[in-house]
Amino acid sequence: MRYSGFKIIAQALTGHRGWKPVWREPEPKRSYDIVVIGGGGHGLATAYYLAKEFGEANVAVVEKGWIGSGNVGRNTTIVRSNYLLPGNEPFYEFSMKLWEGLEQDFNYNAMVSQRGVLNLCHTDAQRDAFTRRGNAMRLHGVDAVLLDREGVRRIAPFLNFDNARFPIKGGLLQPRGGTVRHDAVAWGYARGADTHGVDIIQNCEVTGFRIENGKCLGVETTRGFIGAKKVGCAVAGASSQVMAKAGMRLPIESHVLQAFVSEGLKPLLPGVITYGAGHFYVSQSDKGGLVFGGDIDGYNSYAQRGNLPVIEDVCEGGMSLMPMIGRARLLRSWGGIMDMSMDGSPIIDRTDIEGLYFNGGWCYGGFKATPASGWCFAHLLATDMPHPNAAAYRFDRFRKGLMIDEKGMGAQPNLH
Amino acid sequence: MIINHPLLGPRDAQEFVYLGDATLIDRPDWQASEALDRFYEYLYLRDNPAGMHRELWFHEQGDRSWLVVTRNTVTHEITSVELARDVARARGRSK
Repeated sequence: MRYSGFKIIAQALTGHRGWKPVWREPEPKRSYDIVVIGGGGHGLATAYYLAKEFGEANVAVVEKGWIGSGNVGRNTTIVRSNYLLPGNEPFYEFSMKLWEGLEQDFNYNAMVSQRGVLNLCHTDAQRDAFTRRGNAMRLHGVDAVLLDREGVRRIAPFLNFDNARFPIKGGLLQPRGGTVRHDAVAWGYARGADTHGVDIIQNCEVTGFRIENGKCLGVETTRGFIGAKKVGCAVAGASSQVMAKAGMRLPIESHVLQAFVSEGLKPLLPGVITYGAGHFYVSQSDKGGLVFGGDIDGYNSYAQRGNLPVIEDVCEGGMSLMPMIGRARLLRSWGGIMDMSMDGSPIIDRTDIEGLYFNGGWCYGGFKATPASGWCFAHLLATDMPHPNAAAYRFDRFRKGLMIDEKGMGAQPNLH
Repeated sequence: MIINHPLLGPRDAQEFVYLGDATLIDRPDWQASEALDRFYEYLYLRDNPAGMHRELWFHEQGDRSWLVVTRNTVTHEITSVELARDVARARGRSK
């Protein structure tokens, strides 16, 4: 069923009795050409593009819980492509372009809102770094605007411009950045994949891989063995756990990242604003809540909740940047588990096991990457060749010293 | 989280800096023939378990000692805390 304004009017006049379930709930078949593990944003996007762009008709997504129950429903919904390094920038810009056409492409309202992402700088050195990053972005054809103090004031007059210790010197604005309704991304991709014949199998946990003579023949699940010519794993947050079942150790640690939302307020923030003197970023949801976050907690964790010191740190950043935030009450805070890789960049690659492919290591930037991650992983699964925009995201970059270390932190996941 | 420091008693985890898996104590022999592979694994690959995890914490805002903390990564419960010095010595290091 295609959605349209006309359809909504017609349904409204007939008491909304004609809507149908958005995707089927099929029983798993005995085998598929391609099985994607993980019914989150990346897994569903992979299945969608496999079916739609690469003509793969016999595809299944297996999901341990219900689709969209992981990080695609727990993030702070920001999309942007303001990266510096050549290995990253074309990939994230590819993702940005897919976001821009996504709703028309999968005929679902994902509330893509390009309201701008503004990174603030507070020192001359930081402005130099932003100038460099902005130039790198423009060399890749991405929009970037360097603002001075007055330029920032015009966009966000409510910020604390009187801070003597961390004065706002200016900012780097990406006008095409913004926010997207995160759950709708999962649902839209699921509906699109299902329409193209993908079996989405929920409540089906992968308990192991069947590997013979170095070749992956399929996955063992709580609903029986499912054969597959190729298996793609897109379970960021639990990557180490799932790939350990195939005998692999990954360059990844799992860390908890917290996020916060305030009570609903009248429209206040024009877009996404990030603080450059502490780790704090904030946007306003369509319901009016201020959605904000900061650093990861910094220690290995699989608990989907964090500790108070980081909450305190994030709120201090908020108070320092926009003191009026102190008048808003905190409604909720929650945590999600991140695949923190050793250089802060993701991995989309085949493994040493034939027929087993891996997508993960998204650190805390996985949501914005969802469309490109799905497309590039689908490209790899369908053609056995890395997509040009994701060609740097290889496993062997660590062994070869080809790290994509956007922050220059070295091999310590909790610093990225 | 409260870390029960062997010398100083219960301390807030905020006073500490986290490094990672305690296997980082076992630095490979740089002269071994397979040193390149060993260092790759040592530096980049992690078990990353869900459950009990032995890990290194540095008491930066305290006595600046390194600790080996055994902590459950699913519940954040800490079951034992040792001085990293003692752990390394028990393995025959720095006699």
